[in-house]
Amino acid sequence: MFQSILIANRGEIASRIIKTCKQLNIKSVAVYSDPDEDSPYVEEADVAYPLGGSRVNESYLNMDKIFEIAKEAEVEAIHPGYGLLSENASFARRCEEEGITFIGPTPDVIEKMGSKLSARKAMEEAGVPIIPGTNEPVETVDAAKEVANEIGYPVMVKASYGGGGIGMEIVKSESELEKAIESNAHRAEQFFGNGTLFIEKVIEDAHHVEIQVLGDHHGNAVHLYDRECSIQRRHQKVIEEAPSPLLTEETRREMGEKAVQAVKSLGYRNAGTLEFLVDEDQNYYFLEMNTRLQVEHPVTEEITGIDLVEQQIRIASGEELAINQGLVQIQGHAIEARIYAEDPKTFFPSPGTIEDLIIPKEEFIRNDQSIKKGFKITPFYDPMVAKLIVKGKDRNEAISRLETALSMYKVEGIKTNIPLLLNIAANQAFQDGNTQTSFIQEHITNK
Amino acid sequence: MELKSSMAGNVWKIVLNEGDQVEEDQDVVILESMKMEIPIPAESAGTIKELKVSEGDFVNEGDVLAVIE
Repeated sequence: MFQSILIANRGEIASRIIKTCKQLNIKSVAVYSDPDEDSPYVEEADVAYPLGGSRVNESYLNMDKIFEIAKEAEVEAIHPGYGLLSENASFARRCEEEGITFIGPTPDVIEKMGSKLSARKAMEEAGVPIIPGTNEPVETVDAAKEVANEIGYPVMVKASYGGGGIGMEIVKSESELEKAIESNAHRAEQFFGNGTLFIEKVIEDAHHVEIQVLGDHHGNAVHLYDRECSIQRRHQKVIEEAPSPLLTEETRREMGEKAVQAVKSLGYRNAGTLEFLVDEDQNYYFLEMNTRLQVEHPVTEEITGIDLVEQQIRIASGEELAINQGLVQIQGHAIEARIYAEDPKTFFPSPGTIEDLIIPKEEFIRNDQSIKKGFKITPFYDPMVAKLIVKGKDRNEAISRLETALSMYKVEGIKTNIPLLLNIAANQAFQDGNTQTSFIQEHITNK
Repeated sequence: MELKSSMAGNVWKIVLNEGDQVEEDQDVVILESMKMEIPIPAESAGTIKELKVSEGDFVNEGDVLAVIE
């Protein structure tokens, strides 16, 4: 086991990783940018080093500085959290070169799954169903037209290296295709440095369901069941829950098996998530793989009782998985609500100072956060400021507890999406499990 | 008339140049804040008399981005 770990991240996820480090008696080393100096995680860590700067390029993405600190602090491993450097193959590779363990999969697997196109190919080889579409880049408008005619409109034009909803667009007819190809290639080039596009069929009325997996260095792999993450705004998740209200027991078992099959085929080591679209007829299609810890991992931890960060650290240190599939059982229902610093109607960001903060505390509530009264939410990072997780014996109890917890939650000084979250929790369609990815548009915004 | 920033962020893109005609609700500047693009449109039609910011600048809520006449 490692003696010390550097956490190359910030905010709530840094705080989350520090908690497990403490339980495992590992020295935690935090890093922070100038605006994060007063963030609670900095104090929670055993040691903390300033990165300097505000913007991510100057701070949390500054690899030279991070390795300089890692050496000074003599850490044996780096946990990248999510976002930032977590899916950066060059960072993982440089960890190897510097003799520091990267807590995550190998750089080759990160690279392979980082391209949506090569991920599609890899999953097809592993026998996992993929969305009908192209496995090769679509390079000309004519080629795009040919593919789209073959699979039938509407189609989804997607950037192979895209993310966060950028570089993807639904195209309803041939007349819209040319413009969509040009603008998305341009945006993907600008944002991700690669304009490669491909085309997939649009899966109508789909739910977003993902499977949590773990693989170790000894060829063992398990899945930790599913999470439903269909409630999204701007293609980003807002509410996640486990288990999914959509899946039948048969689909749940089958998807879990396919996910384990994928882990074994990839030789995947560490925690990962396979995202799927699932339609009302229980057809499921691989969407992409996240080769890291997910923001919404707490709902899986709550229903399985397994600490995912602990598993990540144990796997990275070379330990054999102590969990076999039979030991993973679903107990109860958990829901996570992401608290965003944003206008609940327009979804525009709302940076500012937290003037007052009341975080509800009950035995059924888990708060993953690193904010406090007086803390300044700056425009430099993601708008997610905290996560509220509730657990109940079943979905109905979890929803009613979510409403209770949200109504107790108070953040003054900045706008938050708490009113939106309350609306969702009280919505009949949500309560009925009628949660397609279009939920917010259909049941909230357009009402 | 002064066009003010509705929130803190970086100036991601300046859409129009000094001397350009601008329509009501037409975007003049696009800010980037919390990983999101925020267009700042003109409140009324006119001519861009002066741009007070450059791309990459950091602005606070209420800062003047441009003067429109």
